[in-house]
Amino acid sequence: MSASLFSILIGAIFVNNFILTKFLGLCPFFGVSTKTKSALSMGIALTFVTAISAAMTWLIYTYILVPLGLEYLKIIVFILVIATAVQFVELFIKKSNPALYNALGIYLPLITTNCIVLGVALLNIEDNYNFIQSFVFGIAGGLGFTLAILLMSGIRERLELSDVPKPFKGLPIAFIVAALMSMTFLAFSGMIK
Amino acid sequence: MEQKGNWWELIKGIFKENPIFCIVLGLCPTLAVSTSLDNAIGMGGAATFVLLFSNIFIAAIRNKVPDKIRIPMYIIVIASFVTIAALLMEAFTPALNKALGIYVPLIVVNCIIMGRAEAFAGKNGVWKSTLDAIGMGIGYTLSISLISIIREMLGTGSLKLFGMTLISLPIEPAMVFIMAPGALLLMGLLLGLFAYLRNRKYDKTCCGELKE
Repeated sequence: MSASLFSILIGAIFVNNFILTKFLGLCPFFGVSTKTKSALSMGIALTFVTAISAAMTWLIYTYILVPLGLEYLKIIVFILVIATAVQFVELFIKKSNPALYNALGIYLPLITTNCIVLGVALLNIEDNYNFIQSFVFGIAGGLGFTLAILLMSGIRERLELSDVPKPFKGLPIAFIVAALMSMTFLAFSGMIK
Repeated sequence: MEQKGNWWELIKGIFKENPIFCIVLGLCPTLAVSTSLDNAIGMGGAATFVLLFSNIFIAAIRNKVPDKIRIPMYIIVIASFVTIAALLMEAFTPALNKALGIYVPLIVVNCIIMGRAEAFAGKNGVWKSTLDAIGMGIGYTLSISLISIIREMLGTGSLKLFGMTLISLPIEPAMVFIMAPGALLLMGLLLGLFAYLRNRKYDKTCCGELKE
């Protein structure tokens, strides 16, 4: 696979958006998308962690697991690396930028259980990306998430004011909105092979 | 919480506390693999396997693990069983493994399993945790099958189970139901229906359960 960096970027943000076409990271997508501000914070934090853990898992897989023939341990190793990366990012942001740290709050630790982070790490291995490609794929995955959650939170803020049938209040209507967004994103399909 | 019988622990996962429609946990793989009934049953089986063994294991060691490191502990236990499940599927059902793809290893971050470990197995005995896992597993498998049955029927016009055609509908297949938007739309409608039937609010979200 020799996909160019640009096509990886566009591919992961628009064509194969993680949330709207692969259903990765739906939990925070519905949980944190009620306010635009927290949605943006979540998106930034996730992009950060995904990029770092994509690079770290690639290095560990290629230089430690493969030479030792321990590929089958990748699930356990990756989840530990991601948990560590989240802790690391948390400490780093706390020291360097307390304002951002407070803004992110609870969302930072929750990223560990986000499927996108692990999904990106596993897809990098599956698609035989090199180091740079993996890193770009991580960033693009995070940006795609940020785009989707930001759009969603904007719509949900408006939805609060509108007259939704009672049984559909809350999550059900959010799913239907997501379905419509997903249909829109289908228009991008076929742009990149 | 009041003390309830063993029977309750088993059946609550199927109706009262159905992981998908009531607690709304574990959405990601649910929507992604529910394109056909075969995939749904495979995914349900794999998740139930992991849920059962991780629940038993966590319930067994719950008094030995210090409270502070319990979450990393749970993750390692779950990841080990997911690895076992993934290796077993690769060996015995390669076709299914291929169809489910990346979603098999992603069972690790399935909120249902972590949620049950934290909310139930970490507090209850082995026997009750076993029943809880079986009930939740059945509830999960039934829900994901229900979604996949509707999606497969509307999306392809027929319903197949392990190569046999069960039902064939005289309709023009609506491709959109096999694709991503159909899953979200159907999930929204089903959640609305269940909310209407039970007239209760769905304010608990997936990962919100794991909050400290």
